[in-house]
Amino acid sequence: MINLLAMPRLKQSTLLGLISAFLLSGCNWVLLSPSGDIATQQKDIMLISVWLMLIVIVPVMVLTVWFAWKYRASNTEATYRPEWHHSTILELVIWSVPLIIIIALGAITWVSTHALDPYRPLDRISEGRDVPMDTKPLVVEVVAMDWKWLFIYPEQGIALVNEVAAPVDRPIEFHLTSTTMMNSFFIPALAGQIYAMPGMETKLHAVINKAGDYAGFSGNYSGAGFSHMRFRFHGLSEAEFAEWVEKNRKDGAELTREAYLKLEQPSEREPVQRFAKVDAALFDAVLNRCVETNRMCIKDMMAIDRKGGMGTAGTHNLASNAMLSRKIGLDLASQKTYVGTLCAPEVQAERSKLL
Amino acid sequence: MSATNYATIENHPLLGRLTLEAIPLHEPILIFTFIGVILGGIAAVGALTYFKLWGPLWRNWITSIDHKKIGIMYMILGLVMFLRGFADALMMRGQQAIAFGDNMGYLPPHHYDQIFTAHGVIMIFFFAMPIVTGLMNYIVPLQIGARDVSFPFLNNFSFWMTASGAALVMVSLFVGEFAKTGWLAYPPLSGIMQSPDPGVDYYIWALQIAGVGTLLSGVNLIVTIVKMRAPGMTMMRMPIFTWTALCTNILIVAAFPILTAVLAMLSLDRYLGTAFFTSDLGGSAMLYVNLIWIWGHPEVYILILPVFGIFSEVVATFCKKRLFGYSSMVYATAVITILSYIVWLHHFFTMGAGATVNSFFGISTMIISIPTGAKLFNWLFTMYQGRIRFELPMVWTVGFMLTFVIGGMTGVMLAVPAPDFLLHNSLFLIAHFHNVIIGGVVFGAFAAINYWFPKAFGFKLDHKWGMASFWFWFIGFWTTFTPLYIAGFMGVTRRMSHFDDPALQFWFQISLVGAVLIALGIACFFIQIGVSFLNRKKLADVTGDPWDARTLEWSTSSPPPDYNFAFTPVVHDIDAWHDMKKHGYKRPTEGFLAVHMPKNTGAGFILAAISAVVGFALIWHMWLLAGLAFIGLIAAAIIHTFNYDRDYHIPVEEVIATESERTRLLASHV
Amino acid sequence: MSNTHTANAVGIRTSESFYLKEEHHPKNGTMLGFWMYLMSDCLLFAMLFAAYGVLGRNYAAGPSGADLFDLKLIAINTAFLLLSSITYGFAMLSMYKKRLGKTLFWLAITGLFGLAFLSLEIYEFYHLVHEGAGPQRSAFLTSFFALVGTHGLHVTFGIIWLVTLMFQLKKHGFTTENKRRVNCLSLFWHFLDVIWIGVFTFVYLMGVLV
Repeated sequence: MINLLAMPRLKQSTLLGLISAFLLSGCNWVLLSPSGDIATQQKDIMLISVWLMLIVIVPVMVLTVWFAWKYRASNTEATYRPEWHHSTILELVIWSVPLIIIIALGAITWVSTHALDPYRPLDRISEGRDVPMDTKPLVVEVVAMDWKWLFIYPEQGIALVNEVAAPVDRPIEFHLTSTTMMNSFFIPALAGQIYAMPGMETKLHAVINKAGDYAGFSGNYSGAGFSHMRFRFHGLSEAEFAEWVEKNRKDGAELTREAYLKLEQPSEREPVQRFAKVDAALFDAVLNRCVETNRMCIKDMMAIDRKGGMGTAGTHNLASNAMLSRKIGLDLASQKTYVGTLCAPEVQAERSKLL
Repeated sequence: MSATNYATIENHPLLGRLTLEAIPLHEPILIFTFIGVILGGIAAVGALTYFKLWGPLWRNWITSIDHKKIGIMYMILGLVMFLRGFADALMMRGQQAIAFGDNMGYLPPHHYDQIFTAHGVIMIFFFAMPIVTGLMNYIVPLQIGARDVSFPFLNNFSFWMTASGAALVMVSLFVGEFAKTGWLAYPPLSGIMQSPDPGVDYYIWALQIAGVGTLLSGVNLIVTIVKMRAPGMTMMRMPIFTWTALCTNILIVAAFPILTAVLAMLSLDRYLGTAFFTSDLGGSAMLYVNLIWIWGHPEVYILILPVFGIFSEVVATFCKKRLFGYSSMVYATAVITILSYIVWLHHFFTMGAGATVNSFFGISTMIISIPTGAKLFNWLFTMYQGRIRFELPMVWTVGFMLTFVIGGMTGVMLAVPAPDFLLHNSLFLIAHFHNVIIGGVVFGAFAAINYWFPKAFGFKLDHKWGMASFWFWFIGFWTTFTPLYIAGFMGVTRRMSHFDDPALQFWFQISLVGAVLIALGIACFFIQIGVSFLNRKKLADVTGDPWDARTLEWSTSSPPPDYNFAFTPVVHDIDAWHDMKKHGYKRPTEGFLAVHMPKNTGAGFILAAISAVVGFALIWHMWLLAGLAFIGLIAAAIIHTFNYDRDYHIPVEEVIATESERTRLLASHV
Repeated sequence: MSNTHTANAVGIRTSESFYLKEEHHPKNGTMLGFWMYLMSDCLLFAMLFAAYGVLGRNYAAGPSGADLFDLKLIAINTAFLLLSSITYGFAMLSMYKKRLGKTLFWLAITGLFGLAFLSLEIYEFYHLVHEGAGPQRSAFLTSFFALVGTHGLHVTFGIIWLVTLMFQLKKHGFTTENKRRVNCLSLFWHFLDVIWIGVFTFVYLMGVLV
């Protein structure tokens, strides 16, 4: 961008021209010129709501200025009716006009909120182009970490840190979770954001319509490294995407559970990392908070709870990551106690110690 | 960056976790501030001692249960905390204007994150709340023709609890650190695992202590309005400001316990390791987010409703015209009060609730814009065919009307879930809520201060400096926040301490210029007060009714006597004072009686001071001190209940003397 | 509001009709104020109930209410609290008959029932923590301890208040203030009873049912 403050000698007209050119070009007003169909529809709804509201806003602003001018005390010519304070017709108008607008906007809200629900699979790629019947969306599993993003491609068997890509015009299905903090997964050019939270799974369906390199980041403050919790999102052609996956398979290391536990430790401004191979069940383990082998998965815990818990016997079924942390050399501050799996030997040892 | 690793620190039996390292000697900004505060403190203590003012300060102010003095103390507290909160804002604008690319700015995340948290907490809890509460305290009893509030001691106690909370926030600046979590302290970030430092504890205890004060003052004002109105003042004859105060205090009583409960749960998680909000043992962070916003959204209306009331009073007075649509104004206020409880989820559409839930909360949010719009039209049609005097309060009101509608519009944009997925947590959102809070609450506070200042102090505020303050604020506001709206469209999120994209820098520089303009506006405001004080003879108001206003507070002298009204007024119509003037009311000059009044007491101050000690001890895990101070608190409260001698009579001679002086003043004026 | 002055509103408004010549005595608002406070307290309990409603089945593969609660103990406990409400009622009746000694006697009995309730609750808590089922074990236990514990804390403050009030009654007798205070504490005490019925039903009975 051009620094306007640095050019005081430019003629005013040139400056104005530059400003308007800048404002109109919308080069980085990404929310107003998105590249994905979901973001485009969300933007359209936004503009419709603005137009609808201007029906009231503009008259109010004009009337405010007009009345303020016309009925100023010095203008003794203007009518003055000190006791006039009620008009049924006016009251009807001032309540009903906003009401009608809100009814219209409410209808739009109801329809658009359902149509653009991030959990709902797409039924169109862009305006006038339906998703072909047999299309399978590209599944991307997203883990928000402190302070970086892990992307897992279960079909391709690859994983990356701080980089993600998808073919143009192919529906994408993101599954999201987080390791510790509450983050928000946001690629403004692609689609609106959705929270990523520990122990929970959220979903986002989207599609990118234009090839390009887009910014992505966390939209929800999550601590010290938040400002640099950024990644790039690449919209690629089918061929380029295949090539990108191949490159990843060649260059990358393997993302084992131990490697994951190390990666999970807080770090800032992580460069892109590539993993050629990844445990197919890793995301499920992250989501259910049982990457540590002696730890009970949340889904198992919930299944047991639904049957009424594990009774008093379950009280002491606790384990810790102490041994594991020592084994892979993690910071002792990250030690924690959790519910143990039902058969892990560590659990038995821990239990006998406690009992 | 943190000097002390609180996750591993040993607990000292007396000092808890407090060590010398907790004092941030490595932060030059804080050290200079600290030196400034110390020097200022020494100067203040010296001046008070030299002029022998400790006694009067204690007798006339600290222990005062006069609602007018408590109101003024609330206002002073609010303005002092406003300076702190605004200093935080300037620092943030400064950081964001320079921290691009290789330049990391002058604030590391450790410091920056505390600043934006403190800014939010202070501006909402310790600036906006005290200002609004202070105004209600001062004005409501006068407007309803009462001598004081229903529970004068409780009023004093409430104020000092709020002040104790504010004091804890200020202490965190120099001892330890403040929360780095954002102003609502969402877990897991605010949990003990992610924030082991005492920052969140400062946050919790400051809000808990201040919250007690807020809740009790809410109860107090509701009872005052319900029980103490002058004869003849039916509900539908109450001034609009009193109506909005009533609704606000109902909101306070029905919302603050939620905050108390949710913060108590957070503190249990932090202190005892319970599992409310941690997912490992079945807790849910989403529970916190829901609960805190069930308090948080009504809180927004707690701030804005009284301000709507202020504008209603100002518009009617300065248009010299009865307010248009009084009853529709009342109904609009009541509707907003109720609706404010069913919109909380719009703060987190992106948390994954279903489309139906999101639609419900989106539409209920939009519905609030209908009564709000009706209010705007009512003000507009009050101006219509009026005689508008552009005194300062009216100028702020017109500025508010033009600013607030834009904030309302962007608010509805955010209320539609689909666009909210794009705009959530962005700088667009930041610009929106500053648009309604500055354009609404702050402009309203200035309108109120300029309007009621002559009532409280007996002289008007200087017009010229007041206009300068207004224009700096108005232009400064739009210069600061228009770029933030734009940055929001560029997909920039809130709470960033550093940016990579140099294209954004221009907008943040503009925004900084705006913040400096606002700083000038604030400076002009304080100069305005100073200049007015120097010219107080010339600006004096001896009539008690400098604006030819319409409600009862203007029927008594400026400043009002301790007992407010020598004779309780009787009300026959809306705008009681206007009605009195219209029917040729003559102020009675004889037949005075002794006035029954409550006595001053130091109990409120002492209880609040001990509460602050309990809070401080808990923050630093000083269990022994916390326990002892808590026992002391209970004991002090019990001792207070043994005091049955709580009121006295102002002798009739004193009433006659005060009223004769007023008669003399009024005669000299005519 | 005040019926005596509505006549003025109808008649012609003279200067005299705009003020009261006698001293104005607004109604005392203490009972209303205390009632408002109780409702805010009720909201606090509502939040704790809500938290229990959300988290109360999340046992974290640990024990559930059915495993832990001793209904016989709770039944006795409930009886203590309900009886204390009745005895408080007797204290009120004695106050209306202006019999100080009897009032103090019934208040003392009320306090003793309250203490008995608290002792059993502390015993229950101690027992649970001792078994490893403390508030840290699962979200269910967290919300259970928070809800029941907050109620217990209220009872504790109620007893402190009760004792203080007995001293005040002894010292000053049935003054207007003291009668108002007995009334306020009565509201508070019965309010705690109502909350306990909720706790007993939703936490204990339904917890054991599973």
